[in-house]
Amino acid sequence: MATVNFTSALKRFFPKLDTIQVEGKTVAAVLDQIEQQYPGMKDYLVDERGRLRKHVNIFIGEELITDGETLSDVVAETDQVFVFQALSGG
Amino acid sequence: MNKIILVGTSKGLVVYRHVENKWRIETTQFVGFPVSMVYVDERHGTWWVCLTHRHWGLKLHRSSDQGKSWEALPVPKYPEDAQLQSGQPATLRKIWTMQQAGPDRPTGLYLGTEPGGLFFSNNGGDSFELVESLWNHPSRKDQWFGAGRDHPFIHSIVVDPRNSNHLYVAVSCAGVFETMDGGNSWQARNNGLVAAYLPNPQAEIGHDPHRMFACAMQPDILWQQNHCGIYRSTDGGRQWTDIAGVNNFPNYGFAIAIDHRNPQRAWVIPAVSDEIRVAVNLALCVCRTEDGGQTWQELRQGLPQENCFDIVFRHAFANIDDVLVFGTTTGNLYLSENGGDQWTCLSGNLARVESICMTVG
Repeated sequence: MATVNFTSALKRFFPKLDTIQVEGKTVAAVLDQIEQQYPGMKDYLVDERGRLRKHVNIFIGEELITDGETLSDVVAETDQVFVFQALSGG
Repeated sequence: MNKIILVGTSKGLVVYRHVENKWRIETTQFVGFPVSMVYVDERHGTWWVCLTHRHWGLKLHRSSDQGKSWEALPVPKYPEDAQLQSGQPATLRKIWTMQQAGPDRPTGLYLGTEPGGLFFSNNGGDSFELVESLWNHPSRKDQWFGAGRDHPFIHSIVVDPRNSNHLYVAVSCAGVFETMDGGNSWQARNNGLVAAYLPNPQAEIGHDPHRMFACAMQPDILWQQNHCGIYRSTDGGRQWTDIAGVNNFPNYGFAIAIDHRNPQRAWVIPAVSDEIRVAVNLALCVCRTEDGGQTWQELRQGLPQENCFDIVFRHAFANIDDVLVFGTTTGNLYLSENGGDQWTCLSGNLARVESICMTVG
């Protein structure tokens, strides 16, 4: 199972947030699993069309995913997935 | 019962309550998050806020216990086939305003959004649906456009207290639209407005109202602070009259407040111009008319009169009768309890003020 790690910034909205194990084979499937474990979180990560929000970064290992539109990047069983917020100024 | 002021700032919600003759901060909420809209549904005292997270998108929250607890609700979604002018799919960019429906629709609630959306909820805000008749208005794709934003947006919704099927919306940029049939059909109501930035300044559509109200006691009296002046209508928007002041003071600005008991009375907060968005002469001033805009009185007592760069956003000015409050882009909050004759600074240390609502509770 892949492991999903979250930015601590999301703890403000999901106080019980912790690293989770998921069975998804793609990023889209991983997000569905995240949504099951933390209802409402998907809306924080993707917009109403299902596209990755502009200021959210998802890494598989050390690589940023390449498909923010349909979230088709492949996730292997041993992968570490990281859900981060993008840096912003101001 | 006390007066309460909800202040939505770029870094949180600040709530003031008037107790024992003093205004005190009762609570701060959502600290660190942009609170872009605040609204109180006066029918049952429900408080609403919209958070515009830079990273996580828009979030709607409501409270039925005056901010002691909040419930997160789904934000409205555009239908899958809804398209922008460019042909790209429409997605929610911002919730600009909320408005309760008429008294015969106790769970009816409207939202004005960007891009160019009017949404309606018939279940108290549990869910919203796009009002497709306005979205499909033949002018939208070719004649609506953004102003200071990438897309047009609906920032003012007026419900006629005499008739729930009679509504106005104001769109930046498109202008004012009216429906008499509960939103089945819409007519532009922009006669008399001037859009100085268009090749044809008298075009039917393409105007930039910044904020619009109707007088509750006489709902055919409409007021708007526009990009190109201040306008008033005495016939329900059929004809608008420019009521800007002598030598264009006041003229440019965003916010307007009106006296719902007196259709002759309103307040605006002038800025220099589109190009120079600061207080006129760097001195903050509220202008009041008592005669329907024929003349304006400058109200400056208690307001900074030098080196003042503040302006006031369109939703950051509120009043109940003679109690007025506005918040500025530099985080100042000013209050008057005598119709603007005298002002007091409630705070000089807030973040940029986005939206203000005053209520009693």
